[in-house]
Amino acid sequence: MRIPPAVTQRAAVGLMWALTILTLGVLLFIIAFILANGLPHVTWTFLSTSPESMGRAGGVLPMIVGSLWVAGLAVLISAPVGVATAVYLTEYTREGRLTAVIRFGADCLAGIPSIIFGLFGFVFFTITLGLGFSILSGALTLAIMVLPTIIRTSEEAIRAVPKSYRDVSYGLGSTRWQLVTRVVLRSALPGISTGVVLSVGRSISETAAVMLTAGSALGFPHSVFQSSRTLALHFYVLSREGLSMPNAYATASILIIAILLINLSAYALMRRFVAKVV
Amino acid sequence: MKWLVLIGVLLLLVVFLGFGWGGRGQAAIDVVGSTSIQPFAEMLAQEFNRQHPDNVVEIQGGGSTAGLQAASNGIADIGMCSRALKQEEAEQFTAVTIARDGLAVVVHPSNPVEDLSLAQVKAIFEGQATNWKEVGGLDRPVRIITREEGSGTREAFMKLVMGKGRISRKALTQESNGSVKELVKHDPCGIGYMSLGLVGGELKALRVGGVPATEAEVQKGRYPLVRPFCFVTKGPPDVKARQFIDYVLSAEGQRRLKEEGLVGAR
Amino acid sequence: MKEKAIHVVLMLLAFSAIAALAVITAFIFKEGVPIIAKVGIKDFIFSSDWYPLEGQFGIFPMIVGSLAVTAGAMVLGVVLGLACAVVLTQFCPQGMVAVIKPSVELLAGIPSVVYGFLGVVILVPLIRDYLGGPGLSVLASSIVLGVMALPTITSISVDAFQAVPRSYREGSIALGATEWQTTHRVILKAARSGIVAAIILGMGRAIGETMAVIMVAGNTLDVPHSLLDPVRTLTSNIALEMGYSAGDHRQALFATGVILFVIIMILNSIALTVSRRRVRKGAAR
Repeated sequence: MRIPPAVTQRAAVGLMWALTILTLGVLLFIIAFILANGLPHVTWTFLSTSPESMGRAGGVLPMIVGSLWVAGLAVLISAPVGVATAVYLTEYTREGRLTAVIRFGADCLAGIPSIIFGLFGFVFFTITLGLGFSILSGALTLAIMVLPTIIRTSEEAIRAVPKSYRDVSYGLGSTRWQLVTRVVLRSALPGISTGVVLSVGRSISETAAVMLTAGSALGFPHSVFQSSRTLALHFYVLSREGLSMPNAYATASILIIAILLINLSAYALMRRFVAKVV
Repeated sequence: MKWLVLIGVLLLLVVFLGFGWGGRGQAAIDVVGSTSIQPFAEMLAQEFNRQHPDNVVEIQGGGSTAGLQAASNGIADIGMCSRALKQEEAEQFTAVTIARDGLAVVVHPSNPVEDLSLAQVKAIFEGQATNWKEVGGLDRPVRIITREEGSGTREAFMKLVMGKGRISRKALTQESNGSVKELVKHDPCGIGYMSLGLVGGELKALRVGGVPATEAEVQKGRYPLVRPFCFVTKGPPDVKARQFIDYVLSAEGQRRLKEEGLVGAR
Repeated sequence: MKEKAIHVVLMLLAFSAIAALAVITAFIFKEGVPIIAKVGIKDFIFSSDWYPLEGQFGIFPMIVGSLAVTAGAMVLGVVLGLACAVVLTQFCPQGMVAVIKPSVELLAGIPSVVYGFLGVVILVPLIRDYLGGPGLSVLASSIVLGVMALPTITSISVDAFQAVPRSYREGSIALGATEWQTTHRVILKAARSGIVAAIILGMGRAIGETMAVIMVAGNTLDVPHSLLDPVRTLTSNIALEMGYSAGDHRQALFATGVILFVIIMILNSIALTVSRRRVRKGAAR
């Protein structure tokens, strides 16, 4: 017996939609569950004080600062290198064996699991370079981890800059470097920023790599050579040691809100970029 | 315009790093090691840092073995070790016992079993007794929960209970006292072991060989599963480390440890 | 002159990614390979005896564990991920795309510890109470990892679908095929290699995930026999014991990393080759 195509069409489309809605439902559930349990405990005091008795009481200020340090420093190191790579790939060379090798490197780096970055950061930065468990070790490790994201988004953004811009600029007699800095990078800036913002998000939510490099000290970080526990790791410790579920949920809420804001601004930047270029 | 942005970013970088580099000249006392001691040490460090703002103590986890290693290669000023030192380790380090801790064998509160002999505990963790009825309980499978390889709690348990025996491969492995507790709390078939000071009211700590697992019995030396919590240094501790160790051993430090459920060093 | 200098500087910076890859590979292998050589590669991979303090290092159960958990994750991740990609590219009004696409991307941004935590708090008790076993299991890990790998699968499949020329779709519809027949027989087929690449990269994501798995997998040393049995994966073996280890034990954990690294590299290379073939095929058209 043959089922009429119109029926399979209906059934299949229905099924696809059902699965998509299920996926969105999972997302909504995760956000709602964490926020419902955590938001009531996110108070100004919680945000602005240090933890007491291992996090059973008190707030998460040192972890917020630690997270910002680690993520900010990581992106600060990674962004110039990543953008330079993208500029080189798009403006300074032709597609060939060289670009293939560089792209291969970036693609492979993108696939490496965070625990491997953690192991590497641990032997290389923490032990071999003698940086110890510190914000700097963590940031350097994360900088390598987010590098492929920055390269890829910057490259896409630069490629999206219309050829006519370049032709005009060359026509006016500018050098290649002038073209890159004055025309290409300026038009591609929102697109590049998207990648940078997403990398900040990735750095903030990372746990495994940070645990092995930045350590887990509870104190307020005064220098990049000090160890600092990030928010994500603090959440892990709080929930695993069963120290305080309200504080764990509250910490998770801060993380979720941060990620929401980061993704929203990345999205807004992207829209602006697309609107501008196209 | 573009150059201004670039210069701005560079300036920011310099300020950012400068702040970081210049922030604090003096180094903190690094205390690294056992995750079982970590919560207690953090509590003590917090109070110590309040009293001695010029002498900062930083606590890191990592585990007993890592703590010894860190103390040995100078990454840490003090290592924390939650088991008795082995022969060759004792020769290498100066160790101070800061407290003693009972090792509780814990089950779900609904489990009717109250008392196990050491041999029974061993048989369960070796995987020879796989049903609770073999040790006088209900007809239910036994679910063993252990700590990860290298944990001081696990090593103390191995030495005190298992001897040369191995923990069953089927044992669930958790990485902290807290997660062992969470599992046993929700699993009527579960059995685990953890620091007596952290058991709390939601689990049942079994009597071992007829002796109840309480601080009083540990103090009297009757409860069989006891381990020391040690601070170790490579050679005699320097002045700053000494100051923290002295605080921990002081009447105030010892009182705080006892409040948290540990048993005094002496 | 200045242009020349800039060129050289940019080129050097461009090599930092490949240099980082080389240094990472070198360090992981340097730390891990000696112990593999000492134990013997065959024993290291095929022995089930992991007693690091007694000097026995066999990671067979963890390899099986990683593969089992990844396979399970792929069942869920591929079904949901592909469905999302199909809806996004074929059946969805433009306005809805603006909602669904960022949502799926957001799913990728949620920290893995949050996934693990929800797994422990919600999934594990459900499995323990309704299906039996300890709850911490292959099943729980597969579900958590499936959701985590889904965004990777969706975004790469969307790219693959969009790379299929519009004329294919228009031609098929013009011949009287329904939208679903078009999707199913024409688009899916044309985007096949891209989908394969998406699935393989999703596998990479699942096999490399650490924190979420430690929390929900149970971490036993036994080879799992059913979906409800607990497992230990390569990643959780490293993260569980790394802090504690010294000497041979630590090297053995790095060696576990070497095996994981090799698996990931194989997956990456397959994905890269497959997607490159697609590009070449696309260019030939």
